[in-house]
Amino acid sequence: MNALVALPLALPLLGAAVSVVLGRWRPVQRLVTLAVLATSLVISVVLVVRVEREGIQVSQAGGWPAPFGISLVVDRLSAVMLVVSSAMLLAVALFAIGEREGEGRHVGFHPVYLVLAAGVAGSFVTGDLFNLFVCFEMMLVASYVLITLGGRPDQIRAGMTYVVISLVASIAFVTVLGLVYSATGTVNMADLSTRIPELDGALRTGFAVLLLGVFGIKAGLFPLFSWLPDSYPTAPGPVTAIFAGLLTKVGVYAIIRTQTLLIPEGSRPDVLILVVAGLTMVIGVLGAIAQDDMKRILSFHIVSQIGYMVFGLGLFTVAGLAGAVFFLANNIVLKTSLLLVAGIVDRFAGSCRLSETGGLVRRAPVVAVMFGLPALSLAGLPPFSGFVAKLGLVDAGVSSEAWAITAVSLAVSLFTTYSMTKIWAGVFWGERDRTPSRTAHTSDRFGAPPLMLIATGAVVAMSLAIALFAGPLWDLAERIGADLVDPSGYVEAVLGGDS
Amino acid sequence: MKQLRIVDTSVRVLYHSIFVLSLYFLFAGHNQPGGGFAGGLTAGAAISLRYIARGVGSVRRAFPVQPWTILGSGLLLSATVAIVPLLLGGAVLEHDDVTVELPLLGTVKATTALPFDIGVYLLVLGLTLMAFEAFGDEPEPDSDLAADGEAAS
Repeated sequence: MNALVALPLALPLLGAAVSVVLGRWRPVQRLVTLAVLATSLVISVVLVVRVEREGIQVSQAGGWPAPFGISLVVDRLSAVMLVVSSAMLLAVALFAIGEREGEGRHVGFHPVYLVLAAGVAGSFVTGDLFNLFVCFEMMLVASYVLITLGGRPDQIRAGMTYVVISLVASIAFVTVLGLVYSATGTVNMADLSTRIPELDGALRTGFAVLLLGVFGIKAGLFPLFSWLPDSYPTAPGPVTAIFAGLLTKVGVYAIIRTQTLLIPEGSRPDVLILVVAGLTMVIGVLGAIAQDDMKRILSFHIVSQIGYMVFGLGLFTVAGLAGAVFFLANNIVLKTSLLLVAGIVDRFAGSCRLSETGGLVRRAPVVAVMFGLPALSLAGLPPFSGFVAKLGLVDAGVSSEAWAITAVSLAVSLFTTYSMTKIWAGVFWGERDRTPSRTAHTSDRFGAPPLMLIATGAVVAMSLAIALFAGPLWDLAERIGADLVDPSGYVEAVLGGDS
Repeated sequence: MKQLRIVDTSVRVLYHSIFVLSLYFLFAGHNQPGGGFAGGLTAGAAISLRYIARGVGSVRRAFPVQPWTILGSGLLLSATVAIVPLLLGGAVLEHDDVTVELPLLGTVKATTALPFDIGVYLLVLGLTLMAFEAFGDEPEPDSDLAADGEAAS
């Protein structure tokens, strides 16, 4: 039994409850949120160390043995995702407290944010397909509230699209879940991993494609992504950052987990995944080029970057999966930092439109640096972490002789560089062409209140640290890749061998 | 708010009986159909009848505590019950039971799953109350809408 495994899921829920009951005192709410998220971060780091030393950590909820009870499983992939996600949740919470926009005005922000944290952690920790659905729902229901926080008409309109698409995806998910259960009689993922190979070949591929489609909507894969760039930019700044950083990535995690663990080799739709990956990259980046708004450009880039992760998955080799996981973790950090900067720009200049901003490199040089570093990293320039991630993927692509997709990924990198340059030129250089309609907060000395800058700086520093420790982190990613290629260790840890 | 005599009278009769039924569901849930969620929904049905018959003011008077306090303490109770076994060296959500002789009810088997269910019951109850709080009343022709919205948020 391992107590730590359940805590990343249970602690935020407990914190949410305390936050609701003590809703009258905002400082107490803030303290609870920060304490819970910081504790989660520490627990996640301890879990990484434990998984490295002792192997996969399993806890059976209620003490009921698998596959009858609910298994909570932390392997290397889950542990790394927990560390990255809890670090981002903590940084964004700090940023939100520093901004005092949605956070200060709404009594519900803190509890809902903690429920979101519980949903994200739960999705990484659960070893059970039905509980994956439950945790997804927890995360999504919280996101419905956060995305419409503020209640502006455009938020409600975009929020409606988001809610409807998410609900359709959830219904599809629970339907697939029902089909899988009726075919195999279990929803425990380790158990499914041994049962699904016994099924008919066509059925296996069918399940693989259905699961890919269901999580594809949540991850924003082509052609199921159109809701994403429409809804994310309308949310309040910190909310956009955490959505961009985490929510779609949880979908990608679910794709990686289900395709490698549940679907046996030979039934995986690898060609389909690679085609979808290529189209997602290209369409996403082309969409970004056409935009005139910093948040919208970055939102289209979320889509484009998802393509890279799925590209690594589609190779189904150790190197490919290692590249996908490294890219995934790195991208969470980069996207969060870039959208936090977008939040600062939005506040400082009163607008995120390229035509209504300009000259920030002189007026707020600190903010410019905090955009420049992760932007260069996102474009994949050395010596930043994005370069390591892309090099890993391209290397994997070359050694699998997947020439077409590798070439596409390189070409898309060029376009990414182009649109980062476009943001730089529009926001940080030059002068604004039009005056924004909203008021700008230009009074702060460095462009934003210190807490916002510290939070953003911490995330940027984390992305630099990934570049600095790229060697050991890449080794870790390769061990994760090896785990994913051969899931027998996972199955054994959950079901306890043949006994 | 316009009141209909027949609805008002039937709700007066039904309200308390439905509430008792919801408590029965809560306690029966361990081995029979029911449980905290079903019980909470049944209590929610009782509240909705009261809301239809006499409006949100009557619902507020019936529950002197704020709805989010009910919701929050329910979640707090359930989450605590889930975590406490961890401190005692068990698995999350692990339960224990005791069998006691009570004067009127005979032999009763109580499990620690009961507080968890009570938490769920309170959570669902609080959520229902919050929903009706958000619906509010039909505004009076010249009332201050802004003040109403303030109270609901």
